[in-house]
Amino acid sequence: MADKRSCEGADENCNQHNEARRHFLKQTSLLTAMALAPPTLMKAGELDEKVAAAFEKVKVTLEINGKKQKVAVEPRETLLDFLREKQNLTGTKKGCDYGQCGACTVHVNGERVLSCLSLAVMQDGKKITTIEGLADGDKLHPMQEAFIKHDGFQCGYCTPGQIMSAVACIREGRASSEDEIREFMSGNICRCGAYPNIVNAIMEVKNGGQKV
Amino acid sequence: MIQFQYMRPTKEKAAIDALVKDQNAMFIAGGTNLIDLMKRGIMAPEKLVDINKLPLRKIEKENNGIRIGALALNRDVADDKLILEKQPLLAQALNAGASAQLRNMATVGGNMMQRTRCYYFYDTALPCNKREPGSGCGALEGFNRMHAIFGFSNKCIAVHPSDMSVALTALDATVLVSGPKGERRIPFGDFHRLPGDQPEIDTNLEKGELILAVDIPDAPFTKNVHYLKVRERASYAFALVSVAAALNIENNTIKDARLAMGGVAHKPWRLSAAEKALVGKPVSEATFKEAADVAMQGAKAFKHNAYKLKLAPNTIVQALKVAAAIT
Repeated sequence: MADKRSCEGADENCNQHNEARRHFLKQTSLLTAMALAPPTLMKAGELDEKVAAAFEKVKVTLEINGKKQKVAVEPRETLLDFLREKQNLTGTKKGCDYGQCGACTVHVNGERVLSCLSLAVMQDGKKITTIEGLADGDKLHPMQEAFIKHDGFQCGYCTPGQIMSAVACIREGRASSEDEIREFMSGNICRCGAYPNIVNAIMEVKNGGQKV
Repeated sequence: MIQFQYMRPTKEKAAIDALVKDQNAMFIAGGTNLIDLMKRGIMAPEKLVDINKLPLRKIEKENNGIRIGALALNRDVADDKLILEKQPLLAQALNAGASAQLRNMATVGGNMMQRTRCYYFYDTALPCNKREPGSGCGALEGFNRMHAIFGFSNKCIAVHPSDMSVALTALDATVLVSGPKGERRIPFGDFHRLPGDQPEIDTNLEKGELILAVDIPDAPFTKNVHYLKVRERASYAFALVSVAAALNIENNTIKDARLAMGGVAHKPWRLSAAEKALVGKPVSEATFKEAADVAMQGAKAFKHNAYKLKLAPNTIVQALKVAAAIT
């Protein structure tokens, strides 16, 4: 196979390659120009038919842990990065960042989702609950209490995601047996292997009948 | 992730126009696969057209079946009363896929559009004809444990990862799409394509076409159905082999049968010949074994996936046994 890097001839592959490179350079200089331009803001309402340019920030309204706020986000910003980097809500953890581990689980409009695979700009008008928003002041949520009581963690890194997922698991009515809990908690990986204790914690909260 | 433009149209036409106008624009719905692929640099759309404002979320009864909107969430379909009552096989398949969090995000249309999980497709340092046409297939002579045993080409031996699509293939669903030339209907079995010489193209959707809904016709497959998924851990893993089985049994005789397999081909693999082999036969393990033999005709394994030649027929037999409740 011809070495693409030394491609100087006139054969078709080379031309294609040069085309691709030209496209790349055009893109790069365009992006550089955009990066140097002062950042602009767009309101979410304007996005119906218009387009937010790549570096343009979009104004969205989010309710985060009960507090409604207007914020400006880049289209490419994930909800996870937004929460951790812009809101300083570092309780939500970045594990794999590819939707495989569940450490970044938060509730959006009350349903558990992966914040690492969610774009912040797509959450406009929604209610976000993170682990920081679960406790009632200094009073821990029953699931937090149960995780402590049952030693549902060792290193603790997956724990915020586990707890957010566990609360949703009960709300969804998917905690009626240990098997069902294991199945519906399978999106949360624990490398310390605290699974049996996590299942016990969830069973206790479920059977305790407390409001979650 | 590289930068991209973002728009959120409220009208179907605006969404389709955006894709027609811009060669490198893509629709985004749940984003569970696309954002993953964008982070890894495998896909790099210059514009994302967020279709979540389009009114395509309903699951409703139609004249002769059920219509599921393309934006209905996987979780909502799996929990839907009508689906559980009329099409329990689909609910089973959906709950066998991904995790609870992902099912809360992923849409029906997005599930159909997800890309293969072949490791060569995902590793940008390695050749892959699907990711970079003409670069070669790394899996052909490489690690091909999870790969196809049916319908592959010498350009690509990847498999389609969707569980939901296996059930919808078996259930004779139809896909309703809208595009620059108007609406059209695609039988579910023709929606995904085999790799041939163009493995970079997964489906028969044309440029700018948007999935609006999936229609499932009513059929008497409410009781004797089973979706069996074999994977390397008990939950939250892609299928090595999966089987969607639906039987209509009267007086211990099989009146009608539907069978499709996942994890074995570039598209959900309908087992039409095996279905025919089942009809009119008595419910028994022997009948199911015969059908599995028919289903496996033409299968061919690679270096690391020869186990599928045994696993697949065994999975067919087991799925049918559970569906017929003779375990």
